[in-house]
Amino acid sequence: MSNVLSNEKRGMRELGAEKKVGWDEVTQGVVLHSFEDDATDVAMRKAEDRNYAEFSSYTATVASWRVIKPVYNRDICIDCQNCWVWCPDSSIISRDKQILGIDYDHCKGCGVCVEVCPTNPKSLLMFGEALSSDDAIAQWPVKEKKEK
Amino acid sequence: MAEKIDLQEIEVWDGNYAAAQAMRQAQIDVVAAYPITPSTPIVEGYASFMADGYIDGEFVMVESEHAAMSGCVAASAAGGRVATATSSQGFALMVEVLYQASGMRLPIVLNVANRALAAPLNVRGDHSDMYLGRDSGWVQIDAFNAQEVYDMNLCAFRVGEHQDIRLPVMVHQDGFVTSHTAQNVRPLSDDDAYNFIGKYKPVDDLLDFSRPVTHGAQTEEDWHFEHKARQHKALMDARPVIESVFAEFEKVSGRKYKRVESYMTEDAEVIIVALGTTVESARVAAKQLRDEEGIKAGVVGPRVIRPFPFDAIRDALEHCKAIGAMDRSCPGGALGMLFNEVSAAVYATSDRPLVTNYIYGLGGRDLAIVDIKTIFRELKANADTGKITTPIQQFVGLRGPKLGFFETRGGK
Repeated sequence: MSNVLSNEKRGMRELGAEKKVGWDEVTQGVVLHSFEDDATDVAMRKAEDRNYAEFSSYTATVASWRVIKPVYNRDICIDCQNCWVWCPDSSIISRDKQILGIDYDHCKGCGVCVEVCPTNPKSLLMFGEALSSDDAIAQWPVKEKKEK
Repeated sequence: MAEKIDLQEIEVWDGNYAAAQAMRQAQIDVVAAYPITPSTPIVEGYASFMADGYIDGEFVMVESEHAAMSGCVAASAAGGRVATATSSQGFALMVEVLYQASGMRLPIVLNVANRALAAPLNVRGDHSDMYLGRDSGWVQIDAFNAQEVYDMNLCAFRVGEHQDIRLPVMVHQDGFVTSHTAQNVRPLSDDDAYNFIGKYKPVDDLLDFSRPVTHGAQTEEDWHFEHKARQHKALMDARPVIESVFAEFEKVSGRKYKRVESYMTEDAEVIIVALGTTVESARVAAKQLRDEEGIKAGVVGPRVIRPFPFDAIRDALEHCKAIGAMDRSCPGGALGMLFNEVSAAVYATSDRPLVTNYIYGLGGRDLAIVDIKTIFRELKANADTGKITTPIQQFVGLRGPKLGFFETRGGK
């Protein structure tokens, strides 16, 4: 599970920074194959074990699109999987129903994961892109008391 | 397993039924269709074959022509042999998806029974819909009669599905005059026809789960140009492929086709260039004028409209003196398509024949043999005087004062 959060093929290039080829080398009909090899059992393999092709969005990063980012706090999370279900870009990484963290190559900072997080305080919060995760955790809010 | 039909050596079919029979013999996987006059009997006939057990494929009844072509695009991307039919307004509604089909390199076959475009609403035959499709990136083949509708359908699958081409193909026929006129048609047997077309070989099919693929990807300024260039190259490269398919078809049928059909052009001084049934009428007129008045008249009919046979048209026309380019579509503020493209082709010759433009037959208006003879005589006057003696563009067969545009300057 070591390479799950920072897989070497994931986000290996900026989107749009692919090698540009001439008209005689582009694919017929703008067809894009998702995987380099036989993908018959791909549904049974985790993302980090799939041989994604060059033009798969998995191998591209769009981190530069983001100005604020969600930070994940393991100490509060109850592994309810709400964020994993709702994330529109499959950027919450979960294995065996345990949240591991965020795919910062594909997360666009929309904040849906924070909205749907049910814990108190929330286990995911939005911070400025430049702030380190450790600094973000250090300023995490305390539990809010219910109003009477 | 579908039943076969024992066909007679000579059947009496109209163009629509000829198309339906060819589609049946092609063993198509999916037909998605929405009916419209005058092409309706094509898909109606096909559906009857299916109901009677002669077809194994799927027939999808959709809610519009846009959906019909969309269904064809999806089924073709999924990996099936696909065809449909339409006309006029239905064709116009398909246009957006026609460009998707060619850009996605999907070898769909579309039968078009040519019909005028509204307004005014009109169900009769002219070439407005055929012209509307001419920049859509499809191969466009024109049949002049029911036999050719049948033959060109069989060839269309071969051309479009050729691994170097992989482009959609339209087979055009004149609405009513071809589509609804019963003629003698000599079909191939079911086995011979299918063997000629061959088993469909899918390319990058969505149903190949071992190789997941994205069809219809978006490209912006960084990739779009290259993809369109490759698509255009494939369309231009279809020219020799069409010729080789026609040569193979001659072996199985005895019928010879060319990208440009020339009639008595060897020694012709004056030549009419036309499409559809007008080619046959013009041949009759040319023969009569040669016999009766000694006018060396000839006829050129582009069998293939796209890729435009610039080379073959030039070869067919370069030694004549005057050309009448006949456009059966209201040219919308320009000279007609055939005039412009024929002129461009003969401009690249040393003799540069005189070219004039005749707009005719809109909304199904008949063009009689006598009308065509009048055109030939005008071309003869141009040839004899060495300059254009009429307006460059004229409307013929029109009631009211003569309507024409543009005069010649100097000799040419």
